[in-house]
Amino acid sequence: MDEQFEPKLIGILCNWCSYMAADLVGTSRIRYAPNIRIIRVMCSGRIESQLILWAFRSGADGVLIGGCNPGDCHYQEGNYKALRRVTLLKQMLPQFGIEPERLRLDWICASCAEEMRKTVEGFTAQIRNLGPLRLQTPPLLKPIKIEMEVSRHVEA
Amino acid sequence: MSKPKVAFYWCASCGGCEEAVVDLADAILGVVEAVDIVFWPVALDFKRSDVESLYDGELAACFINGGIRTSEQEEMAALLRRKAQAVIAFGSCSHLGGIPGLANLYSRESILNRVYLEAPSVDNRDRVLPKERSEADEGMLTLPAFSDSVRTLDQTIEVDYYLPGCPPPVTLIVNAVNALLSGNLPPKGTVLTGDKALCSECPRNATKPEKLSLKELKRPHQLIIDSKTCLLNQGVLCLGPATRCGCNAACLSANMPCTGCLGPTSHVKDYGAKALSAIASLLDSNEAEEIATLAQRIPDPAGTFYRYSLPASLLHHRAGNGRT
Repeated sequence: MDEQFEPKLIGILCNWCSYMAADLVGTSRIRYAPNIRIIRVMCSGRIESQLILWAFRSGADGVLIGGCNPGDCHYQEGNYKALRRVTLLKQMLPQFGIEPERLRLDWICASCAEEMRKTVEGFTAQIRNLGPLRLQTPPLLKPIKIEMEVSRHVEA
Repeated sequence: MSKPKVAFYWCASCGGCEEAVVDLADAILGVVEAVDIVFWPVALDFKRSDVESLYDGELAACFINGGIRTSEQEEMAALLRRKAQAVIAFGSCSHLGGIPGLANLYSRESILNRVYLEAPSVDNRDRVLPKERSEADEGMLTLPAFSDSVRTLDQTIEVDYYLPGCPPPVTLIVNAVNALLSGNLPPKGTVLTGDKALCSECPRNATKPEKLSLKELKRPHQLIIDSKTCLLNQGVLCLGPATRCGCNAACLSANMPCTGCLGPTSHVKDYGAKALSAIASLLDSNEAEEIATLAQRIPDPAGTFYRYSLPASLLHHRAGNGRT
């Protein structure tokens, strides 16, 4: 039997809900697929498209965004901004030969450990089925120096 | 004392940047008086051998427009880099990849097939495709190699300064030439214009509401655009909020939306992603289905947001296009 493809997944999770849920998964000793690497951000509204594309460019096969349920955003409407961006971005990804399923947005509440487990398991299986993202940058290109200037970052 | 020598060169571009130099009008006389133009293929009859015979560093400055697609462009860029003390990436194509850079959404093979075999106006019964070397009665004929993707100038050679725009606005060119002549130059790598968003110099900025929201998205031919009001406030997709200033909102003065040719401010790595985020955030709905309907009003997001900057973007080209 062929060796099973193990996707690399990046999870960018909101501090107030999905990240708490992922934490709860850990403290409850619930097991899920180890393919996901989780990054905590203060709000899903902070996750802008550059970060998602940066993850794909850096070798992620899939990106999971976790935010608060509609109406529950700690900052009132950050999760709606995430929804709008992800919707438009998913519409653009196929133009780059990237299946839109590789980007997933879910609302997961702070106490929803079981839902978190199911989401990560389901996403891992889905991306495993899709196979690796073949997005090689041409060898002639010098590597891009990425210094995301978080503190100086001003929304236009 | 002899005058400083300068050169102009073009790579994958449309010729509009050359036109911008001519658009200097009277100001060009001052430039010609101050410098010696030793190489400018579009206007003056000098050959590559004339450039090769220069000493290394003999050119005070070289302005290169156009993206890099062929081996010839790559060689000329490297040659001019060796001969010039300062290389200025001139215009959007050289700076960020430009319109020719949109070809990075297609593979090399599909471009050649489309252009030489499939296009409705093509009559190529023998299905001849250009080759780098072909045998003819006259001997071996050669063509430059056509690479897998369009690259920006700074993905090819070291670049000292950038003059953004499609084409660069005349005032920016004049300022850059004066800065070069006086030696009063900003740090290497600077984009030679301001570093604020275009809205800051837009005459319609006062009519931009505190909180913009897009209830609908219209294309310019679908409405009569009011010439005084913020275009986003009228539901027309304007990329001013994500684009650098420096053109005095030229397109807006002509009652057309900004399409982003001056590229991002220095805080942004990927112009298209940033512009997409900025516009998406303004969609006025919290319902998934409504948002999707609004988003579909942008039929070609890659072409809209990366119109001038695809090769400089994080993804650079369509997945699977590069050779491993």
